[in-house]
Amino acid sequence: MSAETVPVRMQVNGRSFDLEIPPHHTLLDVLRDDVRLTGTKECCAEGECGACTVLVNGQAVCSCLVLAIEMDGQHVTTIEGLASDGRLDPVQEAFVSTGAVQCGFCIPGMIMAARQLLATNPQPTRAEIQEALAGNLCRCGGYSRILDAVALAAGSRR
Amino acid sequence: MRPFAYLRPTTLDQMLGALTDQSAKPYLLAGGTDLIVRLRRGHVRPTLVIDTKGVRDLHNEIVSIDGGLRIGARVTMTSIVGDPRVREHFHALVEAASVVGSVQIRNRATLAGNICNASPAADTVPALLVYDAAANVTGAAGSRTVPLSEFFTGPGRTVLARGEILESVDVPFPKTPVGAAFGRITRRRGVDLATINLCGLIDSNGNGRFAFGAVAPTPFVASDDSGVLSINAGDTVARIAALRQLYSAARPITDVRGSREYRTAMLEVMTGRTWQTAASRLNERLRTGTR
Repeated sequence: MSAETVPVRMQVNGRSFDLEIPPHHTLLDVLRDDVRLTGTKECCAEGECGACTVLVNGQAVCSCLVLAIEMDGQHVTTIEGLASDGRLDPVQEAFVSTGAVQCGFCIPGMIMAARQLLATNPQPTRAEIQEALAGNLCRCGGYSRILDAVALAAGSRR
Repeated sequence: MRPFAYLRPTTLDQMLGALTDQSAKPYLLAGGTDLIVRLRRGHVRPTLVIDTKGVRDLHNEIVSIDGGLRIGARVTMTSIVGDPRVREHFHALVEAASVVGSVQIRNRATLAGNICNASPAADTVPALLVYDAAANVTGAAGSRTVPLSEFFTGPGRTVLARGEILESVDVPFPKTPVGAAFGRITRRRGVDLATINLCGLIDSNGNGRFAFGAVAPTPFVASDDSGVLSINAGDTVARIAALRQLYSAARPITDVRGSREYRTAMLEVMTGRTWQTAASRLNERLRTGTR
């Protein structure tokens, strides 16, 4: 069967993209290969590691488990969409200042998951932060500083 | 992933028409958290993927019906966990929906998808079974309502005929005060499938209903109306025997998540704990006078 393309219009980080994509391409594929935003990482490709986490209409999802074609008319936010005017987002700042970033591969997904948490629960407990990040794995094992970073980001938003 | 055609119907008729198209091999896509993994692994090879999310007649909300709640086919786990009515009346369903995958998965995964995927380990199913849920099925030939206890026919198999879909799930409010609890064993706490899962419910008349997952080809439910499961019955030996009887239909297998022997041993442990939790919740309800 040929891979025929279909038109998809999606908003990525506030910019509108008109794309021609085959239905079997995931949002992750399209973000990296068509939109050319490679901050979103591919790792397990089955929804267990969270490295590919992006926000769709403000909700954290695994972009490896979403077809890009499902995103027609939706708003997608990636890690590249957080900084504005050359200034990092407070969550990004907190990850840098607490030394939460080791190899860095899991960090975009961690930060996007943390963003959804803080948007819905600005003052989370440690347990709530752990629960919100339970779908994000860090192979460096840097979990405690990652949790510190999210707690710091929550504090700085007060 | 192999190529396929994609259809996003806006009406139920369009969707049912596409489902019964004999020239295609269609699959329904709801949240995608199971289907897309299976597509990528090549376990399923549809020629057509039909997205349910554009269908206006399939609701993405939980509505109150006479004597209960109706959960539409597009309702996600996140919506279930956040709904105040579900939280008030179906606490064990909230517990079960809260442990499906991760935040990222729960934001996409639907209750209907969890049911229709028909995994023996589906976390929400034991909770739905003890609450006596029913599946509203619709298709080109008409609509019918199937008790969830009769919905599953084997691993990955349901009573849905070709061209039929699960439109919504009805969950009746318990008629007497109840205490219910969900329990499960996983290898790690987040993002894992259940080694075993279960849900127990006892009511103020001493009746008990327990449902079990991942220990048989399908989740199953069993009841005990003898009164020995009552919070006031002091006979522990009789209670343990009655709980054992409830899971006597279990036929656990050995797989990557646990051995047959481990599952069998944990059934006893988890059934006892789940009764304890359900009993203390019922006590609390009766003491405070809340439903």
